[in-house]
Amino acid sequence: MSTELRELYQEVILEHAKRPRNFRALEGPVRRAEGNNPLCGDVLTVYVALDGDTVKDVAFQGSGCAISTASASVMTELLKGKSRADAEALFEAFHALVTGEPESMQRAAALGKLAVFAGVSEFPTRVKCAILAWHTMRAALEGREETVSTE
Amino acid sequence: MTTAHPVSRPSSRRSAPAAGLDTGRLRSDFPILEQQVHGKPLVYLDNAATAQKPRAVIDAMARFYATDYANIHRGVHTLSERATQAYEDARHAVRRFLNAADHREIVFVRGTTEAINLVAQSYGRTVLGAGDEILITGMEHHSNIVPWQLLCQERQSVLRVAPITDDGALDLDAFERLLGSRTKLVAVTHLSNALGTINPIRELAALAHRHGVPVLVDGAQAAPHLAVDVQALECDFYAFSGHKLYGPTGIGVLYGKAPLLRGMPPYQGGGDMISSVSFERTVYQDIPFKFEAGTPHIAGAIGLAAAIEYVLGIGLEAVAAHEHALLAYATARLGAMSRVRLVGTAPDKASVLSFLVDGVHPHDIGTILDHEGIAIRAGHHCAQPVMQRFGIPATARASFALYNTMEEIDALAAGIDTVIEVFG
Repeated sequence: MSTELRELYQEVILEHAKRPRNFRALEGPVRRAEGNNPLCGDVLTVYVALDGDTVKDVAFQGSGCAISTASASVMTELLKGKSRADAEALFEAFHALVTGEPESMQRAAALGKLAVFAGVSEFPTRVKCAILAWHTMRAALEGREETVSTE
Repeated sequence: MTTAHPVSRPSSRRSAPAAGLDTGRLRSDFPILEQQVHGKPLVYLDNAATAQKPRAVIDAMARFYATDYANIHRGVHTLSERATQAYEDARHAVRRFLNAADHREIVFVRGTTEAINLVAQSYGRTVLGAGDEILITGMEHHSNIVPWQLLCQERQSVLRVAPITDDGALDLDAFERLLGSRTKLVAVTHLSNALGTINPIRELAALAHRHGVPVLVDGAQAAPHLAVDVQALECDFYAFSGHKLYGPTGIGVLYGKAPLLRGMPPYQGGGDMISSVSFERTVYQDIPFKFEAGTPHIAGAIGLAAAIEYVLGIGLEAVAAHEHALLAYATARLGAMSRVRLVGTAPDKASVLSFLVDGVHPHDIGTILDHEGIAIRAGHHCAQPVMQRFGIPATARASFALYNTMEEIDALAAGIDTVIEVFG
């Protein structure tokens, strides 16, 4: 298997794809948004419970490819306890990482676990899979109604 | 696996390599197949999406642009005469390819999608009224669904869908039951691009004609893989695309029985489809020109004719037999893998093998195979209703053409082993 492929489908990503974290719906007064990439077949709902400005809890449901599922899973782990501003910053950093922006590699360390998605930049057709959960999360935070798509 | 269509079967069983086609020599006709992808030899198995082009087609178009190119039909100069001759020769080549009764029954369009839209808008608008019905099947490509939906919305007509069985075949009893007194048109695929199912067109046309209903056939997938004889099939319209038949993109054919075409109003208005224009009165051309407005894809028609010549030079029976052997072998290899589920297992199939791998999204299958140099398609294949019928978001699809080999199927199987290895 090639190095790029090995990097894309590495242990962490496969693990999160097979056993996604926070894979449930959230009840009660939560923000939610739908994400759908119909051409790919990736569908998700992201739930965000806010406590003032802090993300108290975040979870997701849905079905899709390994990249979209793993991305959503890792995202939910990282966002818990973060402020909205931090969540937005992580969104920008993740976007830069997977689209292969040059400076993003230096910031990779700051991304912690998200750095595992660096390999996605070698697979342009899969970027939309990786960012779907993030765009959906942002729509949830902003209280936007319409279904998100990254196609 | 049995086939109902009249193709001579090779005497070899599926464990032996396909007899008859010299794929080594044929592959050298296709320059694009030489290359490597991610350091591996390209294994192009996405022929249902589009087929690669032999040098004969590429050269025919280049030669046309280099020596004979001019606008057609209206010029009196030599180049125009040569271009017109080449374009009309192409029309005759298509007539022979389909065994249509008359070359005027051959309309050049952009592709199958445009052909179907032409019939929907020109024929459909004339015959359909409120409460009338169009009958299609559950295995259609979006291009043989959406034009009818648009038409039904406009005319307040009803779209009826004949269901498919669990193995992806057409439920013929249900189809017959859905043919009623309000049915005005049947539109059906000859070969399903998502499932590979071959429909018994002659039988369906006979059924429809008993009710006085004409039949349009979507032949986009069939034309490269089966011998098509529109008179034997007795269909009223037949549509296919050049690019799936080893020809260029941007060219396709609508065949229509002359009386039908003559009775249909124009589709697009403009130059070339008129015989006289004044602000008082415009008179349209006879068929087929009535439906060919504007300057066509002249080089495209020439490329299509070259593709037809190339394929007929090998022989469609030989091509079909070769592809049948490939499909049988691939079905056996993949069918034997415990994690693989085949989708579309009708008794009468050609060229297409859709499959799933347990626990792996088709997208991921596609990416990993791509890294092994293997090109397949992952998705809904412009047949979302088919996916919904089987309760899946997408499939991985391998589709075969005359230049594919048994070794490439071995590569596909090994690639799937890699997919399973990666995902555990």
